[in-house]
Amino acid sequence: MPLVSPEVFAKQKLAAIQEYSILSWHAIANLFSLPRYWADIYTQMDSIGVGSMPIVVLTGFFTGCVLALQSATSLQEFGSVSLTGNLVALSMVKELGPVLTGLMVSGRNASGMASELGSMKVTEQIDAMRALGTDPIRKLVTPRLYATVFMLFFLTIVADAVGIAGGALVSVTLMGLNASSYFNNSYRALVYGDIAQGLTKPLFSGFIIATVGCYFGITTTGGTQGVGKSTTQAVVVSSVFIIIVDFIVSRAMIGIFGR
Amino acid sequence: MPEKTSSSAASQDTDSSEPVVVFDDVSIKFDLKPVLQDISFTVRRGETRIILGPAGGGKSVLMKLANGLIQPDSGRIRIFGNDITEMPERDLFKLRARIGMVFQESALFDSLSVEDNVAYRLHEDHVPEAEAHERVIEALRFVELENTISKFPPELSGGMRRRVSIARAIVSNPDLILYDSPTGGLDPITSTTIVELVIKQRDVSHTTALMITHRLQDAFLLARNRFNPETGKVEPLPDGSIDDSTKFLVLNEGRIVFDGTTEELVHSDDPWLKDYLS
Repeated sequence: MPLVSPEVFAKQKLAAIQEYSILSWHAIANLFSLPRYWADIYTQMDSIGVGSMPIVVLTGFFTGCVLALQSATSLQEFGSVSLTGNLVALSMVKELGPVLTGLMVSGRNASGMASELGSMKVTEQIDAMRALGTDPIRKLVTPRLYATVFMLFFLTIVADAVGIAGGALVSVTLMGLNASSYFNNSYRALVYGDIAQGLTKPLFSGFIIATVGCYFGITTTGGTQGVGKSTTQAVVVSSVFIIIVDFIVSRAMIGIFGR
Repeated sequence: MPEKTSSSAASQDTDSSEPVVVFDDVSIKFDLKPVLQDISFTVRRGETRIILGPAGGGKSVLMKLANGLIQPDSGRIRIFGNDITEMPERDLFKLRARIGMVFQESALFDSLSVEDNVAYRLHEDHVPEAEAHERVIEALRFVELENTISKFPPELSGGMRRRVSIARAIVSNPDLILYDSPTGGLDPITSTTIVELVIKQRDVSHTTALMITHRLQDAFLLARNRFNPETGKVEPLPDGSIDDSTKFLVLNEGRIVFDGTTEELVHSDDPWLKDYLS
């Protein structure tokens, strides 16, 4: 990588932030004017939402399992093993469900978006689209953005549910807890603020996954090597952003709901 | 393609004597490196302008400037009398409805079939499905690729992809066609097929065109031949004459070194040009 002066480096980063912000704004605003590509939105919902279901279910389930296993072992020392359900439910709904789902979907879809759009960019398909009178942001980015935000919300609910179910399986079969007591404790542990917190995070994560993936795709340069670089950058940047935004949203939600 | 019928009503709102393409002192740099410098030329209605020059001379950049895909650093570009230099992208989309473009590497959409690729603009314009299908068949018949309608771009050879790209560019009966190296990377026989299609389009529809080529033989094939509608074949112009609607623009290192007719080109005394043509 060529070394550049700090001034040039700062200018490049500022220009990239500006470009990313403009892309994100256009992607959001495009839904409020014609033409709208509903067919592309549904196609992306299928690809992103349904396509990500297996990894989200597996990740959520085994996270719930291991969470129950680890917490039950620790809680046993205090004679509070019956609180395993509370701990699994709270952890899954408030934190692990949204974050892990975001990271898994980021790994699968931010990379997919960056590589698909990057390939289109280096083979001049995006220029061809513009030459044929179509706005590439409207046609390619907006459907991905709304599809990801919409589907990640439901994927997170699925991950929470299978995570709690995984915790139940471990608690009942390995720890000898009562299933009814586990689910009752889980249910009683959760309040409105926890659910709101857990379901606000995927809205931000979905936005990050789609805009970062599309941004790196649409700004790809340097042929096939550039496509690979964009794909890696998209996954790395979106994953880091998800974690940072998770912290900010958590803090804001704790401020609002007091827990 | 059949002769233009309505050919976009918008084309009739401009004066027919007005040039279709005007570059006025256009310059552009990439990363502080000048790519095009002080480019000025005019293309009149019905003219086919062949753009020649060594690789890296800025020909493809010039083509993208003509379609508003990139903006110049200085100078003005007028297409159909409209200054596109600072035109918003939304207005450019409307203007591009009158321009067809054939990209260097075809730039077909991999995920769409040949039919959907060719009909792309028609679908965007909400042309009824039956009419769009008919026009796609017509365009594919023009490039002699009707049998590929349900195939996907990766299933086609390089030459076939280029021909589908031409079909996509002409399906909406544009008033200006930009051919960015349509014969680049193709074998001589396939290149000749592509140039014959350009000649056919020129002589049947009389569409204004800009064509980049690296191959001098393609350029002279275009200048010395015509399409005979009776035989349906391309043949040399009688008495070794030259098509007067075909003109040349030669670029070298981002500057125009020649702008004129075929006759003027072959009789030029410019030493660099003589060397290049030899």
